[in-house]
Amino acid sequence: MASLDFASRTLPRPQIERRAVAPDERGWTSWITTTDHKKIGILYLWTVAVFFVLGGVEALLIRLQLGAPDNTLLSPEKYNQLFTMHGTTMIFLVTVPVWAGFANYLLPLMIGARDVAFPRLNAWSYWMFLFGGLALYASLFFTPPEAGWFSYVPLSTAEYSPSGGQDAWIFMVHLTGLSSMLGAVNFIATIHNMRAPGMGWGRLPLFVWTILVYSYLIVLAISSLAATVTMLLLDRHFGTNFFDPNEGGSALLWQHLFWFFGHPEVYILILPAFGVFSEVLPVFARKPIFGYKAIAAATAGIAFLGLLVWAHHMFATPSATVVLAFFMLSSFVIAVPTGVKIFNWLATLWRGTIEFRVPLLFCVGGIATFVIGGITGIFLAVFPVDWQLTDTYFVVAHMHYVAFGGTAFAMMAATYYWFPKMTGRMLSETMGKVAFWLTLIGFHVTFLVQHSAGLSGMPRRVYEYSDGSGWHLYNLISTIGAFILALGVIVSIVNIVRSLKVGVKAGPDPWKANTLEWYMPSPPPAHNFDAIPRVRSVEPMKDIRRQVEQMSGSPQRFEAGRPMVKA
Amino acid sequence: MLRRAAAPALLALLVIAAPASAGLLAPEAGGGSRNAEDTRTLYWLIFALGVVVFVGVEAILIWCLVRFRARKGAVAAQIHGNTRLEIGWTVGAAVILVFLTIVTFVMLPGIKDPAASDIDENGNPVAGTPAAFAATDQPPPPRGASMNIKVDGQQYLWRYKYPGRQDVFSYVNMYVPVGMTVTLDISADDVAHSWWIPELGGKQDALPGYINKSWFKITEPGIYRGQCAELCGRNHANMYAAIIAMPFDRWQAWYDRQARAIQAAKDAAAQQRRELEQAEGEAAAEGGGAAGGAGQNPSP
Repeated sequence: MASLDFASRTLPRPQIERRAVAPDERGWTSWITTTDHKKIGILYLWTVAVFFVLGGVEALLIRLQLGAPDNTLLSPEKYNQLFTMHGTTMIFLVTVPVWAGFANYLLPLMIGARDVAFPRLNAWSYWMFLFGGLALYASLFFTPPEAGWFSYVPLSTAEYSPSGGQDAWIFMVHLTGLSSMLGAVNFIATIHNMRAPGMGWGRLPLFVWTILVYSYLIVLAISSLAATVTMLLLDRHFGTNFFDPNEGGSALLWQHLFWFFGHPEVYILILPAFGVFSEVLPVFARKPIFGYKAIAAATAGIAFLGLLVWAHHMFATPSATVVLAFFMLSSFVIAVPTGVKIFNWLATLWRGTIEFRVPLLFCVGGIATFVIGGITGIFLAVFPVDWQLTDTYFVVAHMHYVAFGGTAFAMMAATYYWFPKMTGRMLSETMGKVAFWLTLIGFHVTFLVQHSAGLSGMPRRVYEYSDGSGWHLYNLISTIGAFILALGVIVSIVNIVRSLKVGVKAGPDPWKANTLEWYMPSPPPAHNFDAIPRVRSVEPMKDIRRQVEQMSGSPQRFEAGRPMVKA
Repeated sequence: MLRRAAAPALLALLVIAAPASAGLLAPEAGGGSRNAEDTRTLYWLIFALGVVVFVGVEAILIWCLVRFRARKGAVAAQIHGNTRLEIGWTVGAAVILVFLTIVTFVMLPGIKDPAASDIDENGNPVAGTPAAFAATDQPPPPRGASMNIKVDGQQYLWRYKYPGRQDVFSYVNMYVPVGMTVTLDISADDVAHSWWIPELGGKQDALPGYINKSWFKITEPGIYRGQCAELCGRNHANMYAAIIAMPFDRWQAWYDRQARAIQAAKDAAAQQRRELEQAEGEAAAEGGGAAGGAGQNPSP
């Protein structure tokens, strides 16, 4: 009988080793049949980029119409369709799926996995997202929806919005919702089960923490939205009366159900942005993240509280004061973990050696901008003050400060930071810096004055205003800013397209970063890891570089003030 | 340190800014309605706090970026955290919010609860100091007189129904006496709208099937303009409202004139109906085809 002395034997952890190399599949069929998380991630990101441009063009048309009083460039019908498409596109087709894209590409690499838990489900998620977007945009050839991105009833019911555009909106929510939920389940399963040996919860990269929390929020909030829009579909076509006050339904019910999804949605699109800030700042400050545990806990805290604040979108509705007071206080409380994160980022920069590379600039610009959005959020949380501010351009300004300042800036930072990993080439630093300053200046010129437009009485979603209203100057400034902002985005897009061909070769770890995705060549092979490294801290690449240095004697560490890569 | 320097600067800023900034930095107020003025005061308190936080955070951020930019030979301090510091700023953030909560609840009654009317139903001045009290929902004005107007949003008009035995209503322009506390019952006929006259306080949504409440008391005669604040369809931008505040006797004269005009219009309509019915009856008796046509197509 063979020896059963297990204690004296080391059981090797099963590892797949590459013995023969099959060439990577190429050609367009490899993209539509792929189940590789990296290819799916890139598909997501390119699709998002296209929708981002479409949504941006819609925004520019809106700004052109509002650039002059009593403008007749757009009809009221076209105007309502444009802001509905802009809002819907940016929320459902850009700021949420962009994180599905980055998470797809990065999450398995960051946690040391060879793919996500369910690769084919992952492919399905992407295609559902694409077809959801196409369902919405197909309505351009008929009648696009025009009831706003939150489609309040009764305006969105069959009686007041008989066109199929509203139905296209509903189907878009169904398809992209399905995509998000399947993707979320996939991320949750992957993070819980497929982390590298040694990667406990305390060593999970903070971006992965935010994707985990993002995924749980998607499961909770988007499933609720799916039911809500189904009720609208039934009301519109199958004779139910959930929302018809004349038949015992309630118009207020839609608002509660919608915002029960709508506010967690805000955190769905901002938490991964916070994750990007938490990954990029330490790399360019050459310092560990300050208060790792506090940031991870704050992420979970924001998500939990984010489920309890939805009615602060409804302070002007007929609701009892005690309800308003509850939602004011819960909204206040959520400012605490958000503030904690901001202080932790500041402390991460403190006593670092800060390298002003483009990803850092976008992070710092994003944080500086988001702070303003956070502060105006406090104004809006105080319900008696909100009665003056809600549904005005003050709110439009506020939400762009958080959604653009937070999410879009983080999106840019992530692109500049991870582009070398995805393509093997660096983006141009010079063009990136030009893009950053145009984006930052353009953004503030566009949106800062919108606070004043709102305070002086300009409601949102008006297709025209009169000359005597006193709003012309604010709107003119805002329109000029929008074009500066657009120029910034164009420079970034040109930079991306150009660098794919002529960018400087990046090598596996151009930033001397902290997380495992920089362990592989850029771009990584289809199977990611030949052998999965054991993780000993929250900054495994730092450990690996130290080890290489000790074994080879060649310096691997980063030296302050030296260029990281030749740009 | 920073706060000590910021406080006087801020106060100076507020003193300069407050009168000169209608709409630039703060919500509108005017016409002497207490709810709008108190809302603006509460706004300024939050603004002051917001400026302190804004200046503090952005100053630290910029200072870090300048002071700790990478130089040759500089070594980053490998700090992982500081529990005391982290607890400190968590508590600090919470304390600011507790302060805001207290301020809000102190200011709330002045905004939410209607003020006492300066005049009674007949336009005579009422003596005594106005009292305000807190309540969870909008209570009736503290003393006697007030005027309740029913506001009804319709694509794309506001309709106002005035109190009194006579049927008096108007569209778009609302006529009110100066000094009278006006309470509003706000609802809608078709889609959701939102009632908002910026100078007279915050907005309240008009939702079909619900009645929302608001109030104002104007002390200076004039015209106060606003427009619908909730997307209500293609002509949402053209759904205007104006409050026309006038002395009581002039208002009374308008009210009587409007009542007479509406009565006259009703009488004329009734007369026309009678004539039509009569004509139809005669036509039916003659067995003519024209009356049948009229019956099928009632005037739109």
